[in-house]
Amino acid sequence: MDAGPHGALDLPLDETIACPQCDALYHARMPQEGGRMVCHRCHTVLIAPKRNAYLRVIALSLTIIILMVGATVFPFLGVNVMGFSNKASVLDSALAFLDGGWMISLSVFVAGFIVMIPVIRAAMVIYVLTPLVAGRGPWPGARAMFRWAEDLRPWSMAEIFIIGCAVALTKIVSLARIEFGPAFWMFAVLVVIIVLADSLMDRWTIWKALEQKS
Amino acid sequence: MESPGTEILTARERGLVACRRCAKVWPMGRDTCDRCGSALHSRDWRSLQRVWAWLVVGIICYIPANLFPMLRTTMLFNTSESTIVGGAIDLATHGNLGIAVVILVASVVIPVGKFLAIGYLALSVRRPERLRPKQRHKLYHVVEFIGRWSMIDVFVVAILSALVQLNFAASIRPGPAAITFALSVIFTMLAAISFDPRLIWDKSGSERTTR
Ligand SMILES: [Zn+2]
Ligand SMILES: [Zn+2]
Repeated sequence: MDAGPHGALDLPLDETIACPQCDALYHARMPQEGGRMVCHRCHTVLIAPKRNAYLRVIALSLTIIILMVGATVFPFLGVNVMGFSNKASVLDSALAFLDGGWMISLSVFVAGFIVMIPVIRAAMVIYVLTPLVAGRGPWPGARAMFRWAEDLRPWSMAEIFIIGCAVALTKIVSLARIEFGPAFWMFAVLVVIIVLADSLMDRWTIWKALEQKS
Repeated sequence: MESPGTEILTARERGLVACRRCAKVWPMGRDTCDRCGSALHSRDWRSLQRVWAWLVVGIICYIPANLFPMLRTTMLFNTSESTIVGGAIDLATHGNLGIAVVILVASVVIPVGKFLAIGYLALSVRRPERLRPKQRHKLYHVVEFIGRWSMIDVFVVAILSALVQLNFAASIRPGPAAITFALSVIFTMLAAISFDPRLIWDKSGSERTTR
């Protein structure tokens, strides 16, 4: 934990790490598993390795893909008012903007944010980490893949969508009877798994592995 | 909480350029990181132009987002339209005060706060500031973290429009504000992502010597 800034003066570049948020230099030392190295002045987490992280992230990413398929196929929510009823899937929500000309672009965004981007990120992470677990060199394009996976992170909005559901439901709960389909629960679990997978991934360790093995 | 004796040395001060993506350092003058393939900039001053550009389009999109209806509700041949603020007031008068507050915070307080915060941060790196770098960095962190959550209202509209399609009994359609609001959120997220937070800390060096 004692990443003395003084020592950073004359270390070889390979053992130096710079805080991506504030540019402070530190001696890059792998903390204990579960421990972490934090920037002294801006408190950005620099290194945070986790036990069996690669394997667990791969398993979680596979689960994300499977659950997302389920969450888009099965009915998500249903309403019933005065004998009229309607069911909607996750994709229906994204495609709700389809009929209104330029509103279509919004459908594309929403489908991307809640379905496509989480799945694409999970697939990319599997592609990057699988050879590393097997102890081999990274597959071709792994670096670009991991760059994109990281860039897409803020645009993966499954957790915001589920809160949106909660808000939407309270708006209509007094007017209609609401039925929760299996996809709703899948999606709820999915959100937890996405957060968990992201928290297990340590960028620095992965980049270092990609560098050494390539 | 600045412990004495913890002098921070930056990559720039040591004549190095750091990769913002993978944290590796390179000798100054190098333009691509070999480890991750990202472009290297010691300080990305040009990023400020991108920040301002995205911020301005974000603000422009936010204006129609508040003027036009977000939702068109048809109940038994009666069509009503509601804007973001109108919808929240509606909720509040129907006893859903908590949800009204959530909507107002996500769609008004956060976006407006974000515009102000990003504008302030982009200005602050050009002139001496009263707020310490630590506080400004915290502000940046909050803006980056919380910006995405404004998208809630767009998702609410999407879910309601997909779900409430009950013949003549009730139907909800999205209004044009849904798209301009979504664009506003996207553009302000891009503004926050474009900002190079290392610029916040650079002044601290000169402040320290003048003190
Ligand atoms: Zn830092
Ligand atoms: Zn790099």
